[in-house]
Amino acid sequence: MSKAMEKTAREPLFSKKNRRLLIDPMNENNPITVQVLGICSALAITVKMKPALVMGISVIVVMAAANVLTSLLRNLIPNRIRIIVQLVVVALMVILVDQVLKAFVYDVSKELSVFVGLIITNCIIMGRIEAFSLGNSPWKAFLDGVGNGVAYAGILLLVAFFRELLGNGTLFDYPIMAQLGVYDMGYTNNGMMLLPPMALIVVAIVIWIQRAKTPSLIEKD
Amino acid sequence: MQELINIFVKSIFIENMIFAYFLGMCSYLAVSKTVKTGVGLGLAVTFVLTITLPVNYLLENYVLKEGALSWLDPEFVEVDLSFLSFIMFIAVIASMVQLVEMVVEKFAPALYSALGIFLPLIAVNCSILGGSLFMQERAYTSITQATVFGFGSGIGWLLAVVAIAAIRERLKYSHVPGPLRGLGITFIITGLMGMAFMSFMGIKL
Repeated sequence: MSKAMEKTAREPLFSKKNRRLLIDPMNENNPITVQVLGICSALAITVKMKPALVMGISVIVVMAAANVLTSLLRNLIPNRIRIIVQLVVVALMVILVDQVLKAFVYDVSKELSVFVGLIITNCIIMGRIEAFSLGNSPWKAFLDGVGNGVAYAGILLLVAFFRELLGNGTLFDYPIMAQLGVYDMGYTNNGMMLLPPMALIVVAIVIWIQRAKTPSLIEKD
Repeated sequence: MQELINIFVKSIFIENMIFAYFLGMCSYLAVSKTVKTGVGLGLAVTFVLTITLPVNYLLENYVLKEGALSWLDPEFVEVDLSFLSFIMFIAVIASMVQLVEMVVEKFAPALYSALGIFLPLIAVNCSILGGSLFMQERAYTSITQATVFGFGSGIGWLLAVVAIAAIRERLKYSHVPGPLRGLGITFIITGLMGMAFMSFMGIKL
């Protein structure tokens, strides 16, 4: 035990292994496109950039905090009731985030409606807790949480970028298309992009491009 | 009665959990490889939704809502516990799932082994918590309405998962471009099905 403690103590904070924890989720181990976690919210709140950004930040915060907390508790939680304990920890964090959102960005919090609460059952959080933070030290769990959270937020923003730009002609509510003057050339917004089914298709295209670039991810029959 | 039928039809077709709100997508993608597992999980989700919604409805209206505690003592009329609703709802759901698991294991062991790992996983299926949160947001006026909404949402989820599972079984025999195989094509098909379901939106109930 003491030997193991020594070893972790000597490991630098940003060793190569720890950096991989942070970087891997960005591409090869992306939570949405590869691990297939957290799809629900990724699709539902990507109509506009602003809610997507707020949601992304909320998930990063909840995930990092919940990962660290469960990692600290990992030797105390009995195996049989671990799901309930995890849910309570995550729910606690989500309540905090929800209250903060209601206090400071009330309109966005109304727009996100039930999806803030649904961070609790966002599989990305439960999945990472189950798979990673229950078996690793708090610092590693923190890095893993931040890495996955940032990767999740990245996909969210990417999808929201295309949906808001093509569907509404704006970015963060700034009328970029009108500024460019493309409407005078006969361009019209594609209202279809704002409807739920297009979110699925945009994500499918992201998956397609990513897998075409990284052939090792292609599924075998 | 008419109102209940409206809620029922609405929750299945117009406000379908998967095609309109994308709730429960994770397990939807995971179990839709074969029709059999799809039906199993769909039934379990319907069942859990139907029993958790009335319980959470009572909790919301007699404990959590502003002034809901006034039946205990008129002094509590100002108490607003709604910030606790997430943790209360998820606790109810987790314990209900545990309860269902024990009951099914005791009285229907065959079904229990068929559902396997999926049963405990329902606790983290977003459609269950989503159902409770929608119930809270839409402020249904009676417990019957809440129950019917839960049942309808469950049936809608079952319908969606069975439909996609049937398509995916067929898809095995077609030539999908490599990078789209598996996840990608399932997304696109779900999107197309969602468009089809959008045609129900025109119905005014």
